[in-house]
Amino acid sequence: MKRHLLSMNDLDKQDILTILDTAESMHDVQRREVKKLPTLRGRTVVNLFFEDSTRTRSSFEIAGKWLSADMINISGKGSSTSKGESLRDTVRVVAAMGVDGFVIRHSASGAAQQVSQWVDAVVINAGDGLHEHPTQALLDAYTMRQRLGDLEGLHVAIVGDLTHSRVVRSNLICLKALGARVTVVAPPTLMPSGIDTWSKSEGFDTSYDLDAVLPTADAVMMLRVQRERMNGGFFPTEREYTVGYGLTRERLRSLQKHTVICHPGPMNRGLEITADAADAAQSLILDQVSAGVAVRMSVLYHLFAGEGSLA
Amino acid sequence: MSHGTNGMNLLIKGADLTGSGRQDVLISDGVITEIGTLDPPAKSIDQTIEADGLIALPGLVDLHTHLREPGREDAETIASGSAAAAIGGFTAILAMANTNPVTDTAEAAERVLDLGRLAGLVDVQPVGAVTKGLAGEELAELGLMAHSRARVRVFSDDGKCVHDARVMRRALEYIRAFGGVVSQHAQDPMLADHNACCHEGELSGRLGLPGWPGVAEEVIVARDVMLARHTGSRVHIAHVSTAGSVEVIRWAKAQGISVTAEVTPHHLMLTTDLLSGYDPTFKVNPPLRPMEDVEMLRAALADGTIDAVATDHAPHARHEKEHTFINAAFGVLGLETALSVVADVMVGSGLLDWAGVAQVMSVHPARIAGLAGHGRPIAVGEPANLTLVDPAATVTVDREASLSLSRNNPWHGRRLTGAVHATVLHGQPTVLKGELA
Repeated sequence: MKRHLLSMNDLDKQDILTILDTAESMHDVQRREVKKLPTLRGRTVVNLFFEDSTRTRSSFEIAGKWLSADMINISGKGSSTSKGESLRDTVRVVAAMGVDGFVIRHSASGAAQQVSQWVDAVVINAGDGLHEHPTQALLDAYTMRQRLGDLEGLHVAIVGDLTHSRVVRSNLICLKALGARVTVVAPPTLMPSGIDTWSKSEGFDTSYDLDAVLPTADAVMMLRVQRERMNGGFFPTEREYTVGYGLTRERLRSLQKHTVICHPGPMNRGLEITADAADAAQSLILDQVSAGVAVRMSVLYHLFAGEGSLA
Repeated sequence: MSHGTNGMNLLIKGADLTGSGRQDVLISDGVITEIGTLDPPAKSIDQTIEADGLIALPGLVDLHTHLREPGREDAETIASGSAAAAIGGFTAILAMANTNPVTDTAEAAERVLDLGRLAGLVDVQPVGAVTKGLAGEELAELGLMAHSRARVRVFSDDGKCVHDARVMRRALEYIRAFGGVVSQHAQDPMLADHNACCHEGELSGRLGLPGWPGVAEEVIVARDVMLARHTGSRVHIAHVSTAGSVEVIRWAKAQGISVTAEVTPHHLMLTTDLLSGYDPTFKVNPPLRPMEDVEMLRAALADGTIDAVATDHAPHARHEKEHTFINAAFGVLGLETALSVVADVMVGSGLLDWAGVAQVMSVHPARIAGLAGHGRPIAVGEPANLTLVDPAATVTVDREASLSLSRNNPWHGRRLTGAVHATVLHGQPTVLKGELA
């Protein structure tokens, strides 16, 4: 396994499977009454979040604490960054305190990769701009695998604001490595630039027609659509978006019995997903959150403790 | 300081004059006085440059530099930028107006001119802002700048596009009174806003960087050539970066519209894939484009559709480039490496000969800028602004060796063939053997 986790491209198929398998053991720990493992005792990991986040930050924090690492939260907002300090200075100052690792969330694409070149510590990308969110892709794979088994040959539809989603970029890499067939669905204005050549070279499909894709999907991953996007003219109204691309009650009925529903959150109920779909028996949305802690424990374990035996 | 009255006799021995054959050149009082086999020369010689194997070009002229003074003297000064220009073989450079304060008055323009003369390494010609404070709303005092001691002829809001069609139209009309030209930074802000930083395409999609589509440049180029036709005025397109812009300019020239265009060395050599590691060293505006565009730009420079090479030398203090890619400053250094890049890309490939290099790096830019003493033939009676190039020298670019105060050098570590050996400004060497004289 590589030293940092900056992109899903840093992991090959075997690495991914190793992380997912370890995550299952971690999930068992999570269900114990006493959840603490001594594995990362003495290690200091900084949650360096330059962008608001509740679930990812707390998920990493809980994961680190259950492994006995000292987890420190530093919020970039209101820190020296907003006073004009360069990112390089900010992270080198924190690194100089002697930390072992950084979990970084930043609104700018590439931030984690840049930081990895400036510090000696291990860097984990917890979401960089519109680029990637590797641990989200890992927990998505973990959750789908729990319900559906091996993802090889399964059909996953990823639906919504692809342009502004770091989740889709990591998922495309992860799902390809695991052998799933992916179709991304969005109106043309919410498809990333160059998707035509990109989809050809990476072997996934694109569609503007959700109804044509859903009946063959084994998993449907709905992405958050920010209401602000309407100001950018990406689509005319919420109503039109929902009619075209929302997971409505009618569309819920068109799914196969075994088809699962995922959403990385936070959801806009009524826009990209209705309450019926979000709360359906097929919905894995809360399982994803639970899996998030186990998967992040696994990632922390593999990057900081090496390949030794589990406690 | 008054040029050309230094009383010095300079002999350049055996240079190949713009690739047309070896001659000796005698320079007296800043003027070329004799050309031929001058052995022994008729006059007493104060200084001799042995130019065996060197090509003599008319002194290079750069239509597009950012010298950062006044305002950001930590990144560059007129003196340090002048030194970098001389090392790069330039005898005249145009200093863009986006300083702090902006060059939007006669007084500001004269100050740039005077600081350039004080440095004395290159003729520094100020560019005037088109609009007050580069705000794109009200015309700056174009006439007062034109009639000042600085004799401003080139006007540009570079860094920003004059995006309001009405303002652009009035500027083009107004400058006809004194033969001015607007150098347009073509970027429709509605199609490529201030965050746009990566050529819009598959790579920007994968990297999640805000796309800067070629069409944001092309629609402004198309609009402005039509405004030039409508007003009968002259427009110059700064840093052309796309094949589509080349097509529009080619069409406009065929119609007889007064449009000229420049391309930067970096758009002639570097491509968008360099952004894949998010290194802000390669963040420029307009962005680096794919190879198809680069090849079209080279061909357009060779066939005359693009008139000139201009560096867009844009020094930045180191910390301005140590932010996330989207937050880092736009721009790269260019003055010291321009000739080597053009030699490598254009001469090395056979697209241009040395006479062609003289056209695109001296004759055309001097004409576009209205600089009477530059871009002249190497002939008796002409001003002695010359650049001596060693076409065989191979240089490995070292950003630490720069005379610029900044280090944002995208060429660092690259090997280029062709290098400036000496520069002569108004009959006096400013650079000898690649170092300041």
